[in-house]
Amino acid sequence: MALRIGVPQFPGSCDEVDALLAAGSVGDAELLWHRDRDLKGVDAVVIPGGFSYGDYLRAGAIAGLSPVMDAVADFAREGGPVLGICNGFQVLCAAGLLPGALLQNANRRFVCRQVELSVETTSTPWTAAAEPGQLLSIPAKHQSGRWYAPEEMLAEVRENDQVVFRYAAGGNFNGSLDDVAGVCNQSRNVVGLMPHPEHAVDPLTGSADGLVLFRSLLSGVAA
Amino acid sequence: MPHVRILIRPKAGILDPQGTAVEQALPQLGFGGASNVRIGRLVELDVENTDELEAMCEKLLVNPLVEDYEIQTDVPAAS
Repeated sequence: MALRIGVPQFPGSCDEVDALLAAGSVGDAELLWHRDRDLKGVDAVVIPGGFSYGDYLRAGAIAGLSPVMDAVADFAREGGPVLGICNGFQVLCAAGLLPGALLQNANRRFVCRQVELSVETTSTPWTAAAEPGQLLSIPAKHQSGRWYAPEEMLAEVRENDQVVFRYAAGGNFNGSLDDVAGVCNQSRNVVGLMPHPEHAVDPLTGSADGLVLFRSLLSGVAA
Repeated sequence: MPHVRILIRPKAGILDPQGTAVEQALPQLGFGGASNVRIGRLVELDVENTDELEAMCEKLLVNPLVEDYEIQTDVPAAS
């Protein structure tokens, strides 16, 4: 049976089509709506990038309260694999499903460029098919991607091996604490990252390195 | 209905790029004596029950990881 992956769309989402395309390379991808109260029985969820609810108040703050996020939170608590990309990462942090917060880039600029990430742990459903330390070349495009956590939280995140991606040496362009580009929750099924693996799934557009996140699902969920 | 003002500030020690930008812009206008510029948010609202304000802040208006807030309940009503 094909893996089913749901992509919730919020008002202001803009990367849901690429998320569907990327997820569609490993299973059946379908769009969910922010007012949906259930996830239609999908096996995994990808929260796409964009500017949900105009990023009013703080990036991700309002989206974190939408009905579909209640369903995502229940799904996450039951161990379902959830991936948040860019604004999706901000939404998961705002909803308390991932540690930390994403602040304005230290250089105050909207940055759009190819970045190199290292895979810091393969023990998540979204990195299981990667090699430890593998470098991925994928695009980043954001203005508020500076990951931050208070001291005790950072210590906990490090101790529990919750840093999933780091910007490769010298590549921390947004001022993230400890070069963090992506983290997971303590039970490891929820992962968020600022750069966009769903924009790097075809060599035609420069890199297919993002595919490994989606392929990782096949080694996890389908088992 | 009580009129309330909530002042939200970036926590001490957290880099505030907006504040830095403004701090660097002021001298260009000849205001050389300003430093430690920090920029936060102001939320004004009328509420029936001021007991709920703290919960409102913690659950939505403020991100307690990175922001501090101050509730001012004794403010003149908005016109």
